[in-house]
Amino acid sequence: MSTLLTVENLSKTYVLGGGWFGPARELAALTDINLTVEAGETLAIVGESGCGKTTLGRCIIQAQKVSKGTVTYHPKAGGDVELTSLNKRQIKPWRQDIRMIFQDPMSSLNPNMRVFDIVAEPLRIHKICKGRELEERVISTLEKVGIPAEAVGRYPHAFSGGQRQRIGIARALVLDPKLVIADEAVSALDVSIQAQVLNLLEDLKAEFGLTYIFISHDLGVVNYIADRVVVMYLGHVVENAPTEMLFERPRHPYTELLLEALPIADPLRRKGRKTEVRGEIPYLGNRPVGCPFHTRCKYAQDRCRTEKPALRPINGTAQEAACHFAETLDLKGAYEDAPAKEFA
Amino acid sequence: MPLIPMADKPILTISDMSIVFSSPDEADIEAVRQVDLTLTPGKTLALVGESGCGKSVTARAVLRLLDRNASIPRGSILFQPGGEAPTDIARLKQDSLPLRAIRGSQISMIFQEPMSSLSPVHTIGDQIDEMMILHEGLKPKAARERTVALLDQVGIPGARQRAEAYPFELSGGLRQRAMIAMALACTPQVLIADEPTTALDVTTQAQILDLLRQLQADFGMAMLFITHDLGVVAEIADEVAVMYLGDVVEQGSVYDVFARPSHPYTQALMSSIPKMARKAERVRLSPIKGTVPAPRDRPDGCAFTSRCPYAFEPCATVRPERTDVGNGHHARCHLLTRQPVEAVA
Amino acid sequence: MAVDTMTPVQAKARAIVPAKRESQFGLMWRRFRQHRLALVSLWVVAAFYLVAVLAEFLAPTDPSAYSARYTYAPPQGIQLIATEPDGSWSFQLHVNGYKTEIDPVALRRTFVIDPEERIPVQFFVPSKPYLLAGFIPMSVKLMGVTEPRAPFYVLGADRLGRDLLSRLIHGTRISLSIGLAGVTLSLFFGIIIGGFAGFYGGWFDTAVMRVVEFIRSMPTIPLWLGLAAAMPKDWSALQTYFAITLILSLIGWTELARVVRGRFLSLRTEDFVTAAQLDGASDWRIITRHMVPSFMSHIIAAATLAIPGMILAETALSFLGLGLQAPIVSWGTLLQDAQNIRTLATAPWLLTPGICVVVIILSMNFFGDGLRDAADPHGR
Repeated sequence: MSTLLTVENLSKTYVLGGGWFGPARELAALTDINLTVEAGETLAIVGESGCGKTTLGRCIIQAQKVSKGTVTYHPKAGGDVELTSLNKRQIKPWRQDIRMIFQDPMSSLNPNMRVFDIVAEPLRIHKICKGRELEERVISTLEKVGIPAEAVGRYPHAFSGGQRQRIGIARALVLDPKLVIADEAVSALDVSIQAQVLNLLEDLKAEFGLTYIFISHDLGVVNYIADRVVVMYLGHVVENAPTEMLFERPRHPYTELLLEALPIADPLRRKGRKTEVRGEIPYLGNRPVGCPFHTRCKYAQDRCRTEKPALRPINGTAQEAACHFAETLDLKGAYEDAPAKEFA
Repeated sequence: MPLIPMADKPILTISDMSIVFSSPDEADIEAVRQVDLTLTPGKTLALVGESGCGKSVTARAVLRLLDRNASIPRGSILFQPGGEAPTDIARLKQDSLPLRAIRGSQISMIFQEPMSSLSPVHTIGDQIDEMMILHEGLKPKAARERTVALLDQVGIPGARQRAEAYPFELSGGLRQRAMIAMALACTPQVLIADEPTTALDVTTQAQILDLLRQLQADFGMAMLFITHDLGVVAEIADEVAVMYLGDVVEQGSVYDVFARPSHPYTQALMSSIPKMARKAERVRLSPIKGTVPAPRDRPDGCAFTSRCPYAFEPCATVRPERTDVGNGHHARCHLLTRQPVEAVA
Repeated sequence: MAVDTMTPVQAKARAIVPAKRESQFGLMWRRFRQHRLALVSLWVVAAFYLVAVLAEFLAPTDPSAYSARYTYAPPQGIQLIATEPDGSWSFQLHVNGYKTEIDPVALRRTFVIDPEERIPVQFFVPSKPYLLAGFIPMSVKLMGVTEPRAPFYVLGADRLGRDLLSRLIHGTRISLSIGLAGVTLSLFFGIIIGGFAGFYGGWFDTAVMRVVEFIRSMPTIPLWLGLAAAMPKDWSALQTYFAITLILSLIGWTELARVVRGRFLSLRTEDFVTAAQLDGASDWRIITRHMVPSFMSHIIAAATLAIPGMILAETALSFLGLGLQAPIVSWGTLLQDAQNIRTLATAPWLLTPGICVVVIILSMNFFGDGLRDAADPHGR
């Protein structure tokens, strides 16, 4: 496997206020993010609202300017393209390779354009093809995601949420991308439709050899679809590990907390106890010193309140965590040792 | 006949209730079709289904919070607090005194978005005081004492100070707690929770679910819990009713329904959620084909016909009966009545 | 490539792509039609503009043709039935003539209708050649008297014996066109300035919005008065017309700029605009293809609601004698004649232009409201 994308020391700071009156305040949305995306994998980024996962996605795809650090893309041909240093015109060719699927199937499609034009738009912008070739490509892409050719003349409002999400997927795929960033792509969908779209994403990945960055808050879905999981908390990566390792034995107390809070659709595994979920995410503006998680961590010690732990491999494995006690803590995973009873 | 045999007497019995939406341009739509539900003190009934299945409308009907163009043409909502004569809420006049006496004090409701039910211009304490003063005639001082105790009970730290806070000054989780406190201000016998954790993060959701469980143990109220999340159902419910396109297709104790889903829709719903399993045990999801049809396209028979893998002859035209599959577990499916015949044949 | 070499997918595409489904405007029209009052208003507005376009054809006489004989002649009213002294009757379109009476108290000469005298009225009467709407040569009027010197004052005459109906019809053209021209100009400035402010934001946005607030905080009437008074008196009618339009849109653009900026700001955060940016689309393409079509309906509604303000402003200015000047005929200049209470007592029909103003303003507002609701059924 080769590395497709590298994020190094990426930080994003928002400046609030600072108009004519009053001083500006800085809000650190992302702090010193380092990660790599391997070609062909599905990398999930999980965390609660406000943890910076969406901002990270948007910084990677250059929908937002980063404040510090670099995002480097490694196209198949070799060579490094530092996306963060390119201007609008220079980055345009690379926009074909890195595409995005949005969360809200209602607002992500232009209501005034017909489905055909929505999907054809990227091809027209990049002047890839036109005329009959364009029609053929648009229609075959739409058919691949399950939108029948008869429907291409309609406007988005004529489609259900699941179908719109398929159109959004077609728009992302029509340029034959390498990397697709799916930002909560199935969160707004009903359970049965969500399953359809998850299966579709899986099939498309196999067919086109795609790499996904799958941003989600739903750990159940992440366990199902991801090869590797990055857990974020308050703009920091707190854990980065292969999915099974992370769900088997998390190394960061926050990951444990998330897994513990996750409701399991099986009353026999009901957590008939007082959940040990404590406190709430602090406001980004008054972030704690030391480990960002220490205010809610039940294992926190003095060291956590003063010294910020670095993200590091745990016991030489592929599992990385940013916790002073990652090696020694015995944290609880999400898998049941005795598999839950199978029901016919 | 009690629909779900329980040791306790039911406090709220919805039987054969339909809700119809009418509009000047189009034909009437029966959004909820002859629904039977029972709430028992100290127990939680989860109403689960996908968007547009009628679960929220059903919950709102209990408090008669429906829009003007909706009506309840048939069925009853019998509210029977311990030992008292039953009241049929479905037949009470809109905004009549008896209805207002029930609303908020005997049956109260919490919503997905707390900001929609909390007034932005009054402090949380004032709003809860108001409920107690209005419904129970408490003196302001006494009301405030009880408010602070209640806020403390729902887990708001620094309750006495937080009572002076406006809703926007609280985080999402605390706001949800404040709304729960307000709903419990008059110790209602029935609490209706309409997707109370959907807008929350998973850790906050776990806290709120815990809180509701704890409060139910303390107050002994019956709870109607509306959600689309089967995980949440498994966490909190005693009984579950699965809705699809206005029909309750299956209901029973949460253990029975999760162990032996008897309606094809419930089965399909369960195989649509990814299991928390290791890669080796991973099974590909088997989603339900197609999409939910529009209510006006619903067949006369079983609503699920168009997406059901087992649909056969009578499904589209004949509405399946409520069939008991044992232990008060019911489902509406023709397969349940057909199978014994086949076994004989 | 011949048709028979098309792949099945291509053939399907051929068949489908041209099929036009209901567009945003189609939806809007459907919602608009449910708004009764707005629909009626649309017809009223359309009728007024038709009158404005066909002014020369509809006006029976030249609006500036005066006749000292018929000062303040009252409205004649068109009669359908002619009754003979012997009691028999017949259909005959006609107006009655005038006879002069001396008011015994004021010793003033007044006109009264003379039922004895019948002046026949005909449709499509020949007239002096003229250019309809400025370029279609015609020599026929919709309605008129056949006798060349007979009086024809359906709505009465003014101080100089000019036909009020004809003046009103020509005034409609000026008043309505000044509203339209003013809004067009405002729209031009509003979209460009508001669009820049909304799309790029930053200091330009801040500066523009402060300017807008400054302009809007100024009392409009004195501002207009000042500007109008600064206009050289020796300007031609056409120059004055354009100068007034410019003055009106000086204020008008601010409101439209605000609307446009607001739409741009809210659209800029929409996912589909982000999606277009991530497609690599240029700013120009994003604005013209993705953003402008999304708020065009709102702009049309806002512009429609701005027209009545323009018309009112023009009327007010002209009424005060600071806007358009004779010989230009507008509703404002017509109402100037009705300034004096004694004139009004003698010739109340001079207030007819006021009725026109009320009707068109109300209709425009209802129409605009309907459009706005149709464009945005959820938000207000």
